[in-house]
Amino acid sequence: MAVQTQLYAVPEIEKKESKEQNELENEKIFETKSLNLWYGETQALKNIELEIPEKSITAIIGPSGCGKSTFIKTLNRMVELIPSVQTKGDIHYKGSNILSNDYSAEALRTDVGMVFQKPNPFPKSIYDNVAYGPRIHGIKKKRILDEIVEKSLRDAFIWDEVKERLKDNAFGLSGGQQQRLCIARCLAIEPEVILMDEPTSALDPISTTKVEELIQSLKKQYSIVIVTHNMQQAARISDQTAFFLNGEVVEFGKTEELFTEPEDSRTMDYINGRFG
Amino acid sequence: MQYIDRLQVRKRINFRLRLNSILKYVFLGATLSGLVVLAILLIRTVSQGFAWIDWNFITGHLSMDPEKAGIMGAILGTFWLMLVVIFFTLILGMGAAIYLELYAKKGRVHSLIQTNIANLAGVPSIVYGILGLTVFVRLMDFGSTVLAGGLTLSLLILPIVIVSSQEALRAVPQTLGEASYGLGASKWQTIRNIDLPTALPSILTGSILALSRAIGETAPLVVLGIPALLIPFPGGFMDRFTALPMQIYYWTLDAALVEEYANLAAASIIILLLMLFILNSIAIYIRNKFQHRF
Ligand SMILES: Nc1ncnc2c1ncn2[C@@H]1O[C@H](COP(=O)(O)OP(=O)(O)O)[C@@H](O)[C@H]1O
Ligand SMILES: [Mg+2]
Repeated sequence: MAVQTQLYAVPEIEKKESKEQNELENEKIFETKSLNLWYGETQALKNIELEIPEKSITAIIGPSGCGKSTFIKTLNRMVELIPSVQTKGDIHYKGSNILSNDYSAEALRTDVGMVFQKPNPFPKSIYDNVAYGPRIHGIKKKRILDEIVEKSLRDAFIWDEVKERLKDNAFGLSGGQQQRLCIARCLAIEPEVILMDEPTSALDPISTTKVEELIQSLKKQYSIVIVTHNMQQAARISDQTAFFLNGEVVEFGKTEELFTEPEDSRTMDYINGRFG
Repeated sequence: MQYIDRLQVRKRINFRLRLNSILKYVFLGATLSGLVVLAILLIRTVSQGFAWIDWNFITGHLSMDPEKAGIMGAILGTFWLMLVVIFFTLILGMGAAIYLELYAKKGRVHSLIQTNIANLAGVPSIVYGILGLTVFVRLMDFGSTVLAGGLTLSLLILPIVIVSSQEALRAVPQTLGEASYGLGASKWQTIRNIDLPTALPSILTGSILALSRAIGETAPLVVLGIPALLIPFPGGFMDRFTALPMQIYYWTLDAALVEEYANLAAASIIILLLMLFILNSIAIYIRNKFQHRF
């Protein structure tokens, strides 16, 4: 147990710089108010009250089945794709309630991009994968598309690896490259927020490191919410962390504080590996 | 206490192994008996009909004289039928499959429709013939034309095309759709750019196989009153026509009068088999060439 606690200790150097940039008083980008969600009869989210600050990395941790994925999928209303889902409460995104009927899910998802657990590139060329979003939103000029594709791939740290083979099928890339391509595809719609659901859980350690570095570099421009079951990862990269348990938020605060001196005993048990 | 008695196990092992090898031969026998019957049929047909296939037989007009008779009219008729069937089944079949699989709410009504479509696939083809006769030949007054025949055969295979297209759409990984919605795409944009292109090879494969069933059908055409007469080659959808299965049917019937007609029927079967073979090869080619692996 002692060894494990050590592992989750927060690396000093990285934390210092993010501390300067990110006090919790950043403008909030999302604010949920008594958010409840049911899959049919079973309630998966209970009274979630969270304020997510912009231009920083917010980690969601918790044992499997506690509602992490469900929660971040409410932030871009992807949960609606499941017919049995019922949502109650408010989610304010930059001041407007995205759960109200007149807020279009398509518009929301153009602002709030998402990266999934398993890399899911389209069975198309690398170029067409990145150009997909811009094309959906009506950009047709090849020159502009070229620029977007290059910039997105550069920002996703994968340009040098793929610039010679943009016309090749994305399925030829390794898992880690595919995931960075998916991040590039997400950047191409120029979102404000990027949601990530365990983006490295299907990757090997080296690819994981690359993706983590990439996520760090993205927070200057984007607000990032990342679900992870890997507590070291949350400790390494996030500025604030929310601990979910059974569909409830047990604790939410600065990552450093949550991992070193949690207020709730259940958080303590969880980060010390006593359950989950 | 031990539940597994080693000695007993060892005694029974021999029996189990022998049973296994006996069953292997039983299954082999089942496979072979099918193959043997098929081989006999093929050999008989080819040996009877092959000598009768020559340039005149393929390109010539129909004739009472077995030496002069040709089946170009029937080949063209079958060809025109295929065009009509492809057109209507692809549009209606894909449309219905997209609606049922991707748009419709999955509830009681949906499963009722679904069950009915599956049942329609099992309705005997002659019933479709009667339907076609009533609706297309008489009510809509198309007469015994390519269009009437093609529409009837389209109805016949539509259930199969719908169900196989639905399966193709269902096989598109959900994660791809999610990725597309996640980028702000609408439902139709996602269907148009992701679901359809990914499913298209399977949809085409299924449709071509269904099509090859349609062009081999005889019963509905008999009911529609499709003749095998000395009529001009069909040149369009509103022309009267005959088709290969009809030709085979009438020649076989009339073999009682003119013995050589049986050989002509066998020769026509070879031509029809050849066309089916080409269609199935196209289906296999599409499947192998465009198959996605996820
Ligand atoms: N599509 C679904 N239908 C019904 N229940 C679901 C569905 N997805 C998730 N759930 C349930 O909701 C709860 C939270 O799931 P999820 O958000 O996936 O958890 P996590 O991502 O934290 O592992 C679980 O109990 C799970 O069984
Ligand atoms: Mg999850």
